[in-house]
Amino acid sequence: MSRIGRGARVVARERILLVGIVIVSGFIIITILGQVPGFTPYDPVYYRSAPRLQGPSAQHWMGTDQLQRDVFSRVISGGKASLIVAFSAVAISMAGGAVLGWISGFFGGWLDRGLSLTMDALYSFPSIILAITLVVVLGAGLQPMIWSVAIVYVPTYFRVSRAEVLKVRETTYIEAIRAVGASRTRIVLRHMAPNTVNAIMAVSSFNLADAILTVAALSFLGFGLPPPAPDWGFDIQNGQKYLQSGSWWLITFPGLMIVFLSLGFGLIGEGVSDLVNPKRRHKI
Amino acid sequence: MGGISRYIAQRLMLTIPMLFILVTIVFVILRVMPGDPVLAMLGGRNVSPAVLEAHRQKLGLDKPLIHQYGEYLGQIIRGDFGTSMSTSQPVLRELFSRLPATVELAIFGLLVAVLLGFVTGVIAATRPGQVIDHVIRVFHIGSFAVPLFWFGLMLQVFVAVKLGWLPVAKPLSGSISYAFQSKTGFFLLDGMLQGRWDWVADAAKHLVLPAITLGFAQAGFLGRMTRASMLEVLDADYVTTARAKGLREWGVVLRHALRNALIPIVTVFGLQFAILMGGAVLTETVFSWPGVASYLMTSITARDYPAIQGTVIFIAIFISVINLIIDVLYTVIDPRVRY
Repeated sequence: MSRIGRGARVVARERILLVGIVIVSGFIIITILGQVPGFTPYDPVYYRSAPRLQGPSAQHWMGTDQLQRDVFSRVISGGKASLIVAFSAVAISMAGGAVLGWISGFFGGWLDRGLSLTMDALYSFPSIILAITLVVVLGAGLQPMIWSVAIVYVPTYFRVSRAEVLKVRETTYIEAIRAVGASRTRIVLRHMAPNTVNAIMAVSSFNLADAILTVAALSFLGFGLPPPAPDWGFDIQNGQKYLQSGSWWLITFPGLMIVFLSLGFGLIGEGVSDLVNPKRRHKI
Repeated sequence: MGGISRYIAQRLMLTIPMLFILVTIVFVILRVMPGDPVLAMLGGRNVSPAVLEAHRQKLGLDKPLIHQYGEYLGQIIRGDFGTSMSTSQPVLRELFSRLPATVELAIFGLLVAVLLGFVTGVIAATRPGQVIDHVIRVFHIGSFAVPLFWFGLMLQVFVAVKLGWLPVAKPLSGSISYAFQSKTGFFLLDGMLQGRWDWVADAAKHLVLPAITLGFAQAGFLGRMTRASMLEVLDADYVTTARAKGLREWGVVLRHALRNALIPIVTVFGLQFAILMGGAVLTETVFSWPGVASYLMTSITARDYPAIQGTVIFIAIFISVINLIIDVLYTVIDPRVRY
């Protein structure tokens, strides 16, 4: 059987994983289509002919905001920043954290101690406070958000990849490769790194779920895309102003999108973890 | 020195390098990283170089970095966290005056998390595979995906505004906050000490929604850990023995199993506390709660650079101290741990 065919079978057997993948790919497709003009029922940014602050109706399924825009259209196209920032940040922190973890675990000594202490210190910091502090220095917008979130999650990957390297460092096959006279770079990259990939992949899906929430919180606090671009976190902040008058739809729908997207990543994480470690399924 | 006090001393020695690294990280983020905090402080663009330079001098940012770093460390060791630019008050004094509000919120948030987490975890573990177990697991996994700030806003819209059951935000009603006299900074305690039960009732009502918001996110995690840990413990021989002795099932579960199941959970409590503090930032922002975390947000909005730096360091130290306390408590809960 082809590799893809085998992969597809595994996914189909792991129902949680399948549901997660369906949710996440659905979000990606909708968000990409949402950027195409004319895909959303109304213009998410410049539409001005609806009633102001109206609850859900047949014309406007999720109601309208104070600028007479259609909430449904904004919600559909509002995932761009979350997805871009979450994917880019996780890719950066995965690469950075994994490489640092390999180096730290392989070489040991004072380098390992110093790096581990620094990573522990970063890790002990509440991630949202660290992200906020970084974003304050780097400025608002997509790119600073990516870097801030990326730095926050570096310790996560550092820990995982370091632990995995420590596990294999003393095994006989690494000893054999050493005896053959392979260079240290080769040992780390060709023989140790691949052994850490499973654990890193399992962590990354959970990490994406968490990153979605961090990005949403940053946008909610006003560090995200500048208005009037549609964005879930920012739209929730906007809706907060009309909370006292009971305009629940402004907050509810963008928030539900965040919940489902994060849940999708979380389910993928559950599925991948079950695959990587079948014993886990019965325990958790 | 006895076992525990020696352990505490050892643990303190570990906390100091950790704090040093934390403080250094804050310095690197705020002063070394690209991005100009002074420019940001003055509102971004269109600032004349002369004004910029004057502000840099005032904050001591014109000196060489290594010099700044030495000065910065010296100040922190002396307990000088700088002076707020917007209120001209020492940052540390402002933080201490706001700490009780955060601690009060955190305690009740943790209480909600522990109650909700333990109860659901124990119920699920005692009925594995049944419908209630599945429902609870869905709740546990789902709660990870809910943004805390959004959950708080949902409670505000539906429970406070629509149903009118509880107040929307702030720690006290407007009429009471006029007369309220703060002694300790803890709203409930202040009311009790002064015998004003109407204040206590008002403060309690205002505390419910923020505490649920803060506790909810943690409940899923704790519940999940409780369930996994309980499942393991319930299989143990001493639980079978207890059952064989004819003890009531709930007695076995609570007295024999839960206590042992708690051990791995307490280990992660330190980490949970950091997450709790992060949650407090969002909870305090959503509920206009006058704590340490909302001071950080106010300082950021006001671009009050010394206040931002002071608050971040304060939170870092606070978390380290709490972790230290939790590690010590751990030795009390699990007598097998001998240091």
